[in-house]
Amino acid sequence: MPPKSLGIVQTQFLTFAHPPKEMILDSGLKLADITLAYETYGTINKDKSNAIFVFHSLTTDAHAAGFHAGDKKPGWWDDMIGPGKAFDTDKYFVISSNCIGSCKGSTGPISTNPKTGKPYGLNFPMVTINDMVRAQKYLIDHLGIKKLLSVAGGSMGGLQALLWAVNYPEYVSSVIAIATNTRQTAQQIAFHEVGRQAIMADPDWLNGDYYGKTIPARGLALARMIGHITYMSDQSMDEKFGRKLIAKEKFGYDFEQDFEVENYLKYRGDTFVQRFDANSYLYLSKSLDYFDLAKDGDLLKAFKNVKSNFLVIAFTSDWLYPAYQSKDMVRALKANDIDVSYVEINSSYGHDAFLVEIDEQSHLVSHFLKRIYKETT
Amino acid sequence: MSEPNPVLTRFDHKIIVEWIPANSRVLDLGCGDGELLAYLIAEKNVKGTGIEIDEEAIYKCIAKGLSISHGDVDSGLADYSTKRFDFVILNESLQEVLHPQKVILEALRVGKKVIVGIPNFCHWQARKQIFFQGRVPVTKELPHQWYDTPNLRFLSLKDFHKFCRQEKITIEGQRNISINKEIFVMPNLLARIGLFLLKKD
Repeated sequence: MPPKSLGIVQTQFLTFAHPPKEMILDSGLKLADITLAYETYGTINKDKSNAIFVFHSLTTDAHAAGFHAGDKKPGWWDDMIGPGKAFDTDKYFVISSNCIGSCKGSTGPISTNPKTGKPYGLNFPMVTINDMVRAQKYLIDHLGIKKLLSVAGGSMGGLQALLWAVNYPEYVSSVIAIATNTRQTAQQIAFHEVGRQAIMADPDWLNGDYYGKTIPARGLALARMIGHITYMSDQSMDEKFGRKLIAKEKFGYDFEQDFEVENYLKYRGDTFVQRFDANSYLYLSKSLDYFDLAKDGDLLKAFKNVKSNFLVIAFTSDWLYPAYQSKDMVRALKANDIDVSYVEINSSYGHDAFLVEIDEQSHLVSHFLKRIYKETT
Repeated sequence: MSEPNPVLTRFDHKIIVEWIPANSRVLDLGCGDGELLAYLIAEKNVKGTGIEIDEEAIYKCIAKGLSISHGDVDSGLADYSTKRFDFVILNESLQEVLHPQKVILEALRVGKKVIVGIPNFCHWQARKQIFFQGRVPVTKELPHQWYDTPNLRFLSLKDFHKFCRQEKITIEGQRNISINKEIFVMPNLLARIGLFLLKKD
Protein backbone atom coordinates (compact mmCIF):
# COMPACT_ATOMS: atom_id res chain seq x y z
CA MET A 1 0.00 0.00 0.00
CA PRO A 2 1.47 3.36 -0.94
CA PRO A 3 1.99 5.77 1.98
CA LYS A 4 -0.82 8.19 2.53
CA SER A 5 -0.50 11.43 0.66
CA LEU A 6 -2.05 14.84 0.81
CA GLY A 7 -2.98 14.49 -2.85
CA ILE A 8 -3.14 17.62 -4.98
CA VAL A 9 -2.07 20.84 -3.27
CA GLN A 10 -1.80 24.40 -4.49
CA THR A 11 0.56 27.25 -3.82
CA GLN A 12 -1.03 30.44 -2.53
CA PHE A 13 0.30 33.96 -2.50
CA LEU A 14 0.15 36.82 -0.03
CA THR A 15 1.21 40.32 -0.99
CA PHE A 16 1.89 42.99 1.62
CA ALA A 17 4.11 45.94 2.59
CA HIS A 18 2.54 48.26 0.09
CA PRO A 19 3.95 51.81 0.11
CA PRO A 20 4.13 53.75 2.28
CA LYS A 21 4.22 50.75 4.65
CA GLU A 22 7.27 49.08 3.17
CA MET A 23 9.14 46.48 5.19
CA ILE A 24 12.43 47.78 6.53
CA LEU A 25 15.27 45.35 6.06
CA ASP A 26 18.33 44.72 8.25
CA SER A 27 20.37 46.68 5.72
CA GLY A 28 18.17 49.73 6.40
CA LEU A 29 16.74 49.56 2.89
CA LYS A 30 13.02 49.21 2.26
CA LEU A 31 11.24 46.48 0.34
CA ALA A 32 7.75 47.18 -1.01
CA ASP A 33 4.97 45.02 -2.43
CA ILE A 34 6.37 41.78 -1.06
CA THR A 35 4.83 38.53 -2.18
CA LEU A 36 5.19 35.30 -0.21
CA ALA A 37 4.40 31.99 -1.85
CA TYR A 38 3.02 29.53 0.66
CA GLU A 39 1.14 26.29 1.03
CA THR A 40 -0.91 24.91 3.88
CA TYR A 41 -1.80 21.33 4.68
CA GLY A 42 -4.39 19.98 7.05
CA THR A 43 -7.04 22.00 8.85
CA ILE A 44 -6.60 24.68 11.44
CA ASN A 45 -8.59 23.98 14.60
CA LYS A 46 -11.05 26.33 16.24
CA ASP A 47 -8.63 28.02 18.65
CA LYS A 48 -5.84 27.97 16.06
CA SER A 49 -3.55 26.02 18.39
CA ASN A 50 -2.42 23.31 15.98
CA ALA A 51 -0.38 25.33 13.48
CA ILE A 52 3.15 24.34 12.58
CA PHE A 53 5.36 26.48 10.37
CA VAL A 54 8.03 24.66 8.36
CA PHE A 55 10.91 26.32 6.53
CA HIS A 56 12.80 25.11 3.51
CA SER A 57 16.52 24.94 2.88
CA LEU A 58 18.59 26.99 0.42
CA THR A 59 17.16 26.00 -2.95
CA THR A 60 13.76 24.47 -2.30
CA ASP A 61 10.39 26.15 -2.06
CA ALA A 62 6.96 26.46 -0.47
CA HIS A 63 5.89 23.15 -1.99
CA ALA A 64 6.79 20.91 0.94
CA ALA A 65 4.21 18.16 0.61
CA GLY A 66 1.54 16.66 -1.63
CA PHE A 67 1.52 16.93 -5.40
CA HIS A 68 1.04 19.82 -7.76
CA ALA A 69 -1.45 18.90 -10.46
CA GLY A 70 0.34 16.96 -13.18
CA ASP A 71 3.54 16.45 -11.19
CA LYS A 72 5.05 13.01 -10.63
CA LYS A 73 7.20 14.10 -7.70
CA PRO A 74 5.74 15.33 -4.40
CA GLY A 75 6.98 18.29 -2.32
CA TRP A 76 10.46 18.24 -0.78
CA TRP A 77 9.36 17.09 2.71
CA ASP A 78 6.49 14.83 1.66
CA ASP A 79 8.05 11.95 3.61
CA MET A 80 7.50 13.93 6.79
CA ILE A 81 4.31 15.91 6.13
CA GLY A 82 0.93 14.29 5.47
CA PRO A 83 -1.80 12.19 7.02
CA GLY A 84 -0.31 9.90 9.65
CA LYS A 85 3.22 11.19 9.04
CA ALA A 86 5.57 12.96 11.45
CA PHE A 87 3.88 16.31 10.83
CA ASP A 88 0.49 14.65 10.89
CA THR A 89 -1.95 16.69 8.82
CA ASP A 90 -4.85 14.79 10.40
CA LYS A 91 -3.92 16.59 13.62
CA TYR A 92 -1.90 19.64 12.68
CA PHE A 93 -2.20 22.56 10.30
CA VAL A 94 1.13 22.84 8.51
CA ILE A 95 2.27 26.04 6.82
CA SER A 96 5.22 26.21 4.46
CA SER A 97 6.42 29.40 2.82
CA ASN A 98 9.04 30.29 0.27
CA CYS A 99 11.53 32.82 1.68
CA ILE A 100 12.07 36.25 0.21
CA GLY A 101 15.13 36.45 -2.02
CA SER A 102 14.24 33.11 -3.56
CA CYS A 103 12.91 32.57 -7.08
CA LYS A 104 10.07 30.21 -6.24
CA GLY A 105 7.15 32.60 -6.11
CA SER A 106 8.23 34.91 -3.31
CA THR A 107 9.74 38.30 -4.05
CA GLY A 108 13.37 38.07 -5.09
CA PRO A 109 15.86 39.38 -7.64
CA ILE A 110 13.90 37.73 -10.50
CA SER A 111 10.69 39.58 -9.51
CA THR A 112 9.59 42.74 -11.24
CA ASN A 113 10.78 45.91 -9.59
CA PRO A 114 7.62 48.03 -9.26
CA LYS A 115 9.70 51.17 -9.79
CA THR A 116 11.18 50.11 -13.14
CA GLY A 117 8.81 47.45 -14.42
CA LYS A 118 11.85 45.23 -15.01
CA PRO A 119 13.35 42.40 -12.95
CA TYR A 120 15.27 43.65 -9.91
CA GLY A 121 18.50 41.84 -10.68
CA LEU A 122 21.19 43.28 -8.45
CA ASN A 123 18.91 46.20 -7.55
CA PHE A 124 17.14 43.81 -5.23
CA PRO A 125 18.14 44.79 -1.69
CA MET A 126 20.24 42.34 0.28
CA VAL A 127 18.04 40.23 2.55
CA THR A 128 19.01 38.38 5.70
CA ILE A 129 17.52 35.33 7.42
CA ASN A 130 16.10 37.87 9.86
CA ASP A 131 14.35 39.65 6.98
CA MET A 132 12.90 36.36 5.74
CA VAL A 133 11.44 35.70 9.17
CA ARG A 134 10.13 39.27 9.38
CA ALA A 135 8.27 38.70 6.11
CA GLN A 136 6.91 35.35 7.35
CA LYS A 137 5.44 37.14 10.36
CA TYR A 138 3.08 38.99 7.99
CA LEU A 139 1.82 35.62 6.78
CA ILE A 140 1.20 34.31 10.30
CA ASP A 141 -0.61 37.55 11.19
CA HIS A 142 -2.62 37.24 7.98
CA LEU A 143 -3.64 33.71 8.98
CA GLY A 144 -4.66 35.06 12.39
CA ILE A 145 -2.34 32.73 14.31
CA LYS A 146 -1.10 33.97 17.67
CA LYS A 147 0.82 30.89 18.70
CA LEU A 148 2.57 28.31 16.58
CA LEU A 149 2.65 24.83 18.03
CA SER A 150 6.02 24.43 16.39
CA VAL A 151 8.46 25.98 13.95
CA ALA A 152 10.60 23.46 12.12
CA GLY A 153 13.30 23.26 9.53
CA GLY A 154 16.57 21.73 8.47
CA SER A 155 19.72 23.53 7.35
CA MET A 156 18.77 27.10 6.31
CA GLY A 157 15.20 26.27 7.38
CA GLY A 158 16.53 25.55 10.85
CA LEU A 159 18.08 29.01 11.04
CA GLN A 160 14.66 30.52 10.34
CA ALA A 161 13.05 28.35 13.00
CA LEU A 162 15.64 29.52 15.56
CA LEU A 163 15.07 33.16 14.67
CA TRP A 164 11.33 32.74 15.06
CA ALA A 165 11.86 31.55 18.63
CA VAL A 166 14.29 34.39 19.34
CA ASN A 167 12.39 37.22 17.64
CA TYR A 168 8.83 36.20 18.49
CA PRO A 169 9.10 34.18 21.73
CA GLU A 170 5.40 34.58 22.52
CA TYR A 171 4.46 33.04 19.18
CA VAL A 172 6.46 29.85 19.37
CA SER A 173 5.66 26.86 21.61
CA SER A 174 8.40 24.67 20.22
CA VAL A 175 11.30 24.55 17.81
CA ILE A 176 12.50 21.59 15.76
CA ALA A 177 16.00 22.49 14.59
CA ILE A 178 17.55 19.90 12.28
CA ALA A 179 21.11 19.83 10.91
CA THR A 180 21.49 23.50 11.59
CA ASN A 181 23.56 25.90 13.68
CA THR A 182 23.57 29.22 15.45
CA ARG A 183 26.21 30.92 13.33
CA GLN A 184 27.65 30.29 9.93
CA THR A 185 31.26 29.28 10.21
CA ALA A 186 34.22 30.42 8.12
CA GLN A 187 34.15 27.13 6.20
CA GLN A 188 30.49 27.56 5.29
CA ILE A 189 31.07 31.16 4.19
CA ALA A 190 34.05 29.97 2.16
CA PHE A 191 31.99 27.40 0.25
CA HIS A 192 29.27 29.97 -0.40
CA GLU A 193 31.83 32.43 -1.71
CA VAL A 194 33.30 29.86 -4.10
CA GLY A 195 29.79 29.24 -5.41
CA ARG A 196 29.17 32.94 -5.86
CA GLN A 197 32.51 33.45 -7.59
CA ALA A 198 31.63 30.64 -10.00
CA ILE A 199 28.39 32.44 -10.92
CA MET A 200 29.93 35.88 -11.15
CA ALA A 201 32.82 34.61 -13.27
CA ASP A 202 30.38 33.33 -15.89
CA PRO A 203 30.46 35.81 -18.83
CA ASP A 204 26.69 35.35 -19.18
CA TRP A 205 26.07 36.69 -15.69
CA LEU A 206 26.33 40.33 -16.89
CA ASN A 207 26.31 41.76 -13.35
CA GLY A 208 23.02 40.05 -12.74
CA ASP A 209 21.32 41.66 -15.72
CA TYR A 210 20.82 38.47 -17.73
CA TYR A 211 17.02 38.19 -17.61
CA GLY A 212 15.59 37.72 -21.08
CA LYS A 213 19.07 36.79 -22.33
CA THR A 214 21.27 33.74 -21.80
CA ILE A 215 21.35 32.59 -18.19
CA PRO A 216 24.75 32.08 -16.52
CA ALA A 217 24.21 28.32 -16.63
CA ARG A 218 27.83 27.21 -16.37
CA GLY A 219 28.52 29.31 -13.30
CA LEU A 220 25.33 28.30 -11.55
CA ALA A 221 25.86 24.61 -12.38
CA LEU A 222 29.37 24.83 -10.95
CA ALA A 223 28.04 26.48 -7.77
CA ARG A 224 25.55 23.65 -7.42
CA MET A 225 28.23 21.00 -7.97
CA ILE A 226 30.26 22.49 -5.14
CA GLY A 227 27.15 22.60 -2.98
CA HIS A 228 26.40 18.95 -3.63
CA ILE A 229 29.83 17.89 -2.49
CA THR A 230 29.22 19.63 0.83
CA TYR A 231 25.84 17.92 1.25
CA MET A 232 27.28 14.43 1.02
CA SER A 233 29.84 12.64 3.14
CA ASP A 234 33.06 10.99 2.12
CA GLN A 235 31.45 7.65 2.90
CA SER A 236 28.12 8.24 1.16
CA MET A 237 29.89 9.44 -2.00
CA ASP A 238 32.22 6.50 -2.04
CA GLU A 239 29.40 4.04 -1.44
CA LYS A 240 27.32 5.58 -4.20
CA PHE A 241 30.00 6.04 -6.84
CA GLY A 242 33.27 4.54 -5.68
CA ARG A 243 35.63 4.66 -8.62
CA LYS A 244 33.02 3.46 -11.09
CA LEU A 245 33.63 4.57 -14.65
CA ILE A 246 30.95 5.99 -16.95
CA ALA A 247 30.03 3.30 -19.47
CA LYS A 248 33.62 2.50 -20.23
CA GLU A 249 36.14 -0.17 -19.34
CA LYS A 250 39.29 1.89 -19.40
CA PHE A 251 40.38 5.40 -18.54
CA GLY A 252 40.11 7.84 -21.41
CA TYR A 253 43.46 9.51 -20.59
CA ASP A 254 41.93 12.85 -21.57
CA PHE A 255 39.70 15.49 -19.95
CA GLU A 256 36.43 13.91 -20.91
CA GLN A 257 34.59 12.56 -17.90
CA ASP A 258 35.79 9.20 -16.66
CA PHE A 259 34.09 8.69 -13.34
CA GLU A 260 30.45 8.26 -12.31
CA VAL A 261 30.82 10.92 -9.66
CA GLU A 262 31.76 13.48 -12.31
CA ASN A 263 28.70 12.52 -14.31
CA TYR A 264 26.48 12.80 -11.26
CA LEU A 265 27.70 16.27 -10.36
CA LYS A 266 27.29 17.44 -13.93
CA TYR A 267 23.75 16.06 -14.03
CA ARG A 268 22.92 17.75 -10.73
CA GLY A 269 24.36 21.03 -11.95
CA ASP A 270 22.58 20.90 -15.31
CA THR A 271 19.17 20.12 -13.86
CA PHE A 272 19.59 22.77 -11.19
CA VAL A 273 20.04 25.63 -13.67
CA GLN A 274 16.64 24.79 -15.14
CA ARG A 275 14.90 25.33 -11.83
CA PHE A 276 16.86 27.99 -9.98
CA ASP A 277 17.87 31.58 -10.58
CA ALA A 278 21.55 32.45 -10.35
CA ASN A 279 20.95 35.80 -8.65
CA SER A 280 18.77 34.14 -6.04
CA TYR A 281 21.62 31.77 -5.34
CA LEU A 282 23.88 34.77 -4.75
CA TYR A 283 21.40 36.49 -2.45
CA LEU A 284 20.41 33.45 -0.43
CA SER A 285 23.96 32.23 0.09
CA LYS A 286 24.87 35.70 1.27
CA SER A 287 21.93 35.72 3.68
CA LEU A 288 23.39 32.57 5.20
CA ASP A 289 26.80 34.21 5.60
CA TYR A 290 25.29 37.05 7.62
CA PHE A 291 23.60 34.68 10.03
CA ASP A 292 24.92 34.76 13.59
CA LEU A 293 22.49 34.35 16.45
CA ALA A 294 24.98 35.33 19.12
CA LYS A 295 24.56 38.91 20.13
CA ASP A 296 27.96 40.38 21.03
CA GLY A 297 29.39 36.90 20.55
CA ASP A 298 27.35 35.64 23.49
CA LEU A 299 25.05 32.81 22.47
CA LEU A 300 23.67 32.47 25.99
CA LYS A 301 22.30 35.98 25.76
CA ALA A 302 20.71 35.26 22.37
CA PHE A 303 18.38 32.67 23.92
CA LYS A 304 17.59 34.75 26.99
CA ASN A 305 13.97 35.54 26.13
CA VAL A 306 13.18 32.29 24.37
CA LYS A 307 10.15 30.46 25.76
CA SER A 308 9.97 27.46 23.44
CA ASN A 309 10.74 23.80 23.98
CA PHE A 310 13.41 22.49 21.63
CA LEU A 311 14.09 19.34 19.69
CA VAL A 312 17.58 19.54 18.18
CA ILE A 313 18.68 16.88 15.70
CA ALA A 314 22.16 16.46 14.19
CA PHE A 315 23.76 13.75 12.07
CA THR A 316 27.07 12.06 12.74
CA SER A 317 28.46 12.42 9.21
CA ASP A 318 27.23 15.97 8.53
CA TRP A 319 30.40 18.00 8.06
CA LEU A 320 28.66 21.10 6.66
CA TYR A 321 26.63 21.57 9.84
CA PRO A 322 28.63 19.35 12.21
CA ALA A 323 27.02 17.95 15.34
CA TYR A 324 29.30 19.97 17.62
CA GLN A 325 27.49 23.09 16.44
CA SER A 326 24.16 21.62 17.51
CA LYS A 327 25.73 20.70 20.84
CA ASP A 328 26.85 24.30 21.30
CA MET A 329 23.26 25.32 20.69
CA VAL A 330 21.96 22.78 23.18
CA ARG A 331 24.46 23.94 25.79
CA ALA A 332 23.37 27.55 25.42
CA LEU A 333 19.71 26.52 25.63
CA LYS A 334 20.32 24.49 28.79
CA ALA A 335 22.22 27.34 30.35
CA ASN A 336 19.04 29.37 29.90
CA ASP A 337 16.96 26.65 31.59
CA ILE A 338 15.18 25.95 28.32
CA ASP A 339 13.68 22.49 27.85
CA VAL A 340 15.64 20.73 25.11
CA SER A 341 15.94 17.27 23.64
CA TYR A 342 19.00 16.53 21.56
CA VAL A 343 19.65 13.55 19.34
CA GLU A 344 22.64 12.84 17.15
CA ILE A 345 21.41 10.36 14.56
CA ASN A 346 23.97 7.91 13.31
CA SER A 347 23.98 8.34 9.54
CA SER A 348 26.47 8.18 6.69
CA TYR A 349 24.53 10.54 4.42
CA GLY A 350 26.22 13.77 5.45
CA HIS A 351 24.16 16.96 5.47
CA ASP A 352 21.64 15.30 3.10
CA ALA A 353 20.72 12.99 5.98
CA PHE A 354 18.01 15.39 7.09
CA LEU A 355 16.08 14.58 3.91
CA VAL A 356 17.00 10.89 3.94
CA GLU A 357 16.83 9.52 7.50
CA ILE A 358 13.06 9.62 7.65
CA ASP A 359 12.24 6.80 10.10
CA GLU A 360 14.35 8.16 12.94
CA GLN A 361 13.25 11.75 12.42
CA SER A 362 9.59 10.75 12.08
CA HIS A 363 9.78 8.93 15.40
CA LEU A 364 11.43 11.87 17.13
CA VAL A 365 9.28 14.60 15.59
CA SER A 366 5.93 12.84 16.01
CA HIS A 367 6.51 12.04 19.69
CA PHE A 368 7.96 15.47 20.39
CA LEU A 369 4.95 17.19 18.79
CA LYS A 370 2.56 14.93 20.66
CA ARG A 371 4.12 16.01 23.95
CA ILE A 372 4.11 19.69 23.04
CA TYR A 373 0.52 19.53 21.85
CA LYS A 374 -0.48 17.87 25.11
CA GLU A 375 1.37 20.44 27.18
CA THR A 376 0.00 23.46 25.33
CA THR A 377 -3.65 22.50 24.98
CA MET B 1 -5.88 7.82 23.01
CA SER B 2 -4.52 7.44 26.53
CA GLU B 3 -1.04 6.22 27.35
CA PRO B 4 -0.60 3.31 29.75
CA ASN B 5 0.54 4.48 33.14
CA PRO B 6 4.27 4.03 33.60
CA VAL B 7 5.20 1.17 35.91
CA LEU B 8 8.38 0.46 37.81
CA THR B 9 9.85 -2.90 37.00
CA ARG B 10 13.12 -2.44 38.89
CA PHE B 11 13.56 -2.70 42.64
CA ASP B 12 16.26 -0.01 42.73
CA HIS B 13 13.89 2.38 40.97
CA LYS B 14 11.24 1.78 43.64
CA ILE B 15 13.69 2.91 46.32
CA ILE B 16 14.86 5.94 44.35
CA VAL B 17 11.26 7.02 43.89
CA GLU B 18 10.78 6.98 47.69
CA TRP B 19 13.57 9.50 48.08
CA ILE B 20 12.20 12.02 45.60
CA PRO B 21 9.35 14.25 46.79
CA ALA B 22 6.60 15.37 44.45
CA ASN B 23 7.21 18.35 42.16
CA SER B 24 11.01 18.05 42.32
CA ARG B 25 13.27 18.96 39.45
CA VAL B 26 15.24 15.89 38.43
CA LEU B 27 18.15 15.13 36.10
CA ASP B 28 18.74 11.46 35.38
CA LEU B 29 22.27 10.87 34.12
CA GLY B 30 22.43 7.73 32.04
CA CYS B 31 18.66 7.39 32.12
CA GLY B 32 18.51 4.36 29.81
CA ASP B 33 15.05 3.85 28.30
CA GLY B 34 13.58 6.43 30.68
CA GLU B 35 11.50 4.11 32.89
CA LEU B 36 12.36 5.94 36.10
CA LEU B 37 11.91 9.44 34.67
CA ALA B 38 8.60 8.60 33.02
CA TYR B 39 7.34 7.22 36.32
CA LEU B 40 8.51 10.24 38.32
CA ILE B 41 6.86 12.62 35.88
CA ALA B 42 3.57 10.73 35.76
CA GLU B 43 3.24 9.83 39.43
CA LYS B 44 5.12 12.59 41.23
CA ASN B 45 4.66 15.48 38.85
CA VAL B 46 8.42 15.80 38.66
CA LYS B 47 10.00 18.13 36.12
CA GLY B 48 12.60 15.82 34.69
CA THR B 49 15.17 15.49 31.97
CA GLY B 50 17.79 12.92 31.14
CA ILE B 51 21.09 12.31 29.46
CA GLU B 52 21.76 9.08 27.63
CA ILE B 53 24.51 7.89 25.30
CA ASP B 54 22.67 5.08 23.54
CA GLU B 55 20.72 6.21 20.46
CA GLU B 56 18.18 3.37 20.62
CA ALA B 57 17.46 4.13 24.29
CA ILE B 58 16.91 7.78 23.36
CA TYR B 59 14.19 6.84 20.87
CA LYS B 60 12.44 4.95 23.67
CA CYS B 61 12.72 7.98 25.95
CA ILE B 62 11.32 10.34 23.33
CA ALA B 63 8.44 7.90 22.72
CA LYS B 64 7.66 8.19 26.42
CA GLY B 65 7.38 11.94 25.99
CA LEU B 66 10.59 12.68 27.87
CA SER B 67 13.05 15.43 27.15
CA ILE B 68 16.44 13.82 26.70
CA SER B 69 19.91 14.82 25.56
CA HIS B 70 22.14 12.52 23.63
CA GLY B 71 25.53 12.54 25.26
CA ASP B 72 27.86 11.02 27.80
CA VAL B 73 27.70 11.46 31.53
CA ASP B 74 31.24 12.83 31.73
CA SER B 75 30.49 15.95 29.70
CA GLY B 76 26.74 16.25 30.26
CA LEU B 77 26.77 18.18 33.50
CA ALA B 78 28.81 21.21 32.54
CA ASP B 79 25.84 22.59 30.57
CA TYR B 80 23.70 23.21 33.63
CA SER B 81 23.63 26.12 35.99
CA THR B 82 24.37 25.65 39.71
CA LYS B 83 21.60 24.02 41.79
CA ARG B 84 19.39 23.84 38.73
CA PHE B 85 17.96 20.51 39.94
CA ASP B 86 16.63 19.22 43.24
CA PHE B 87 17.97 15.76 42.44
CA VAL B 88 20.60 14.41 40.12
CA ILE B 89 20.41 10.65 39.66
CA LEU B 90 23.52 8.65 38.81
CA ASN B 91 22.18 5.14 38.94
CA GLU B 92 24.29 2.33 37.50
CA SER B 93 26.25 4.82 35.46
CA LEU B 94 29.00 6.01 37.77
CA GLN B 95 31.13 2.91 37.33
CA GLU B 96 31.14 3.53 33.57
CA VAL B 97 32.34 7.12 33.60
CA LEU B 98 35.87 8.21 32.92
CA HIS B 99 36.15 10.71 35.77
CA PRO B 100 33.78 9.63 38.54
CA GLN B 101 35.18 12.03 41.12
CA LYS B 102 34.64 15.00 38.83
CA VAL B 103 31.19 13.75 37.83
CA ILE B 104 29.98 13.37 41.43
CA LEU B 105 31.23 16.80 42.39
CA GLU B 106 29.67 18.31 39.27
CA ALA B 107 26.41 16.50 40.04
CA LEU B 108 26.51 17.98 43.53
CA ARG B 109 26.99 21.40 41.98
CA VAL B 110 24.00 21.27 39.62
CA GLY B 111 21.80 19.30 42.03
CA LYS B 112 20.85 20.04 45.62
CA LYS B 113 20.98 16.31 46.26
CA VAL B 114 22.48 13.45 44.33
CA ILE B 115 21.35 9.84 44.23
CA VAL B 116 24.09 7.38 43.35
CA GLY B 117 23.60 3.69 42.65
CA ILE B 118 26.63 1.44 42.39
CA PRO B 119 27.15 -2.29 41.96
CA ASN B 120 29.04 -3.67 44.94
CA PHE B 121 32.21 -5.29 43.70
CA CYS B 122 32.82 -6.90 47.10
CA HIS B 123 29.58 -8.84 47.29
CA TRP B 124 30.29 -12.30 48.79
CA GLN B 125 29.76 -14.08 45.49
CA ALA B 126 32.31 -11.86 43.86
CA ARG B 127 34.73 -12.47 46.73
CA LYS B 128 34.14 -16.20 46.42
CA GLN B 129 34.99 -16.19 42.75
CA ILE B 130 38.18 -14.28 43.35
CA PHE B 131 39.19 -16.34 46.36
CA PHE B 132 38.25 -19.87 45.31
CA GLN B 133 38.26 -19.71 41.55
CA GLY B 134 41.01 -17.16 41.20
CA ARG B 135 38.93 -15.30 38.65
CA VAL B 136 37.70 -11.80 38.21
CA PRO B 137 34.05 -12.08 39.25
CA VAL B 138 31.12 -12.33 36.86
CA THR B 139 27.83 -11.88 38.69
CA LYS B 140 24.27 -10.77 37.94
CA GLU B 141 25.15 -7.14 38.62
CA LEU B 142 28.58 -7.45 37.01
CA PRO B 143 27.71 -9.73 34.11
CA HIS B 144 30.58 -8.84 31.81
CA GLN B 145 33.90 -10.48 31.11
CA TRP B 146 37.07 -8.47 31.67
CA TYR B 147 37.42 -7.88 27.93
CA ASP B 148 33.96 -6.52 27.24
CA THR B 149 32.86 -4.81 30.41
CA PRO B 150 31.66 -1.22 30.10
CA ASN B 151 32.66 -0.74 33.72
CA LEU B 152 35.77 1.30 34.20
CA ARG B 153 35.61 1.48 37.99
CA PHE B 154 35.30 -1.35 40.46
CA LEU B 155 34.38 -0.33 43.96
CA SER B 156 32.71 -1.59 47.08
CA LEU B 157 30.17 0.16 49.28
CA LYS B 158 32.96 0.70 51.79
CA ASP B 159 35.14 2.32 49.15
CA PHE B 160 32.31 4.68 48.39
CA HIS B 161 31.95 5.63 52.06
CA LYS B 162 35.64 6.42 52.19
CA PHE B 163 35.37 8.53 49.05
CA CYS B 164 32.49 10.55 50.52
CA ARG B 165 34.41 11.18 53.76
CA GLN B 166 37.41 12.32 51.78
CA GLU B 167 35.34 14.69 49.61
CA LYS B 168 33.31 15.94 52.59
CA ILE B 169 30.10 14.64 51.04
CA THR B 170 27.27 13.89 53.48
CA ILE B 171 25.54 10.55 53.03
CA GLU B 172 21.97 11.34 54.01
CA GLY B 173 20.66 7.92 53.19
CA GLN B 174 21.84 4.48 52.17
CA ARG B 175 19.75 1.55 50.97
CA ASN B 176 21.21 -1.81 50.08
CA ILE B 177 19.75 -4.27 47.65
CA SER B 178 20.32 -7.88 46.83
CA ILE B 179 18.09 -9.50 44.23
CA ASN B 180 14.75 -7.69 44.63
CA LYS B 181 15.06 -7.31 48.40
CA GLU B 182 16.64 -4.93 50.84
CA ILE B 183 19.68 -5.87 52.90
CA PHE B 184 19.99 -4.47 56.41
CA VAL B 185 23.09 -6.20 57.81
CA MET B 186 26.63 -6.41 56.49
CA PRO B 187 25.78 -4.65 53.23
CA ASN B 188 29.35 -4.65 51.97
CA LEU B 189 29.21 -8.44 51.99
CA LEU B 190 25.56 -9.13 51.20
CA ALA B 191 24.34 -6.27 49.02
CA ARG B 192 24.72 -6.36 45.29
CA ILE B 193 23.75 -2.74 44.82
CA GLY B 194 24.14 0.26 47.08
CA LEU B 195 21.99 3.34 46.72
CA PHE B 196 23.20 6.55 48.33
CA LEU B 197 21.52 9.87 48.90
CA LEU B 198 24.21 12.53 48.92
CA LYS B 199 24.48 16.17 49.81
CA LYS B 200 27.38 18.60 49.94
CA ASP B 201 27.26 22.03 51.50
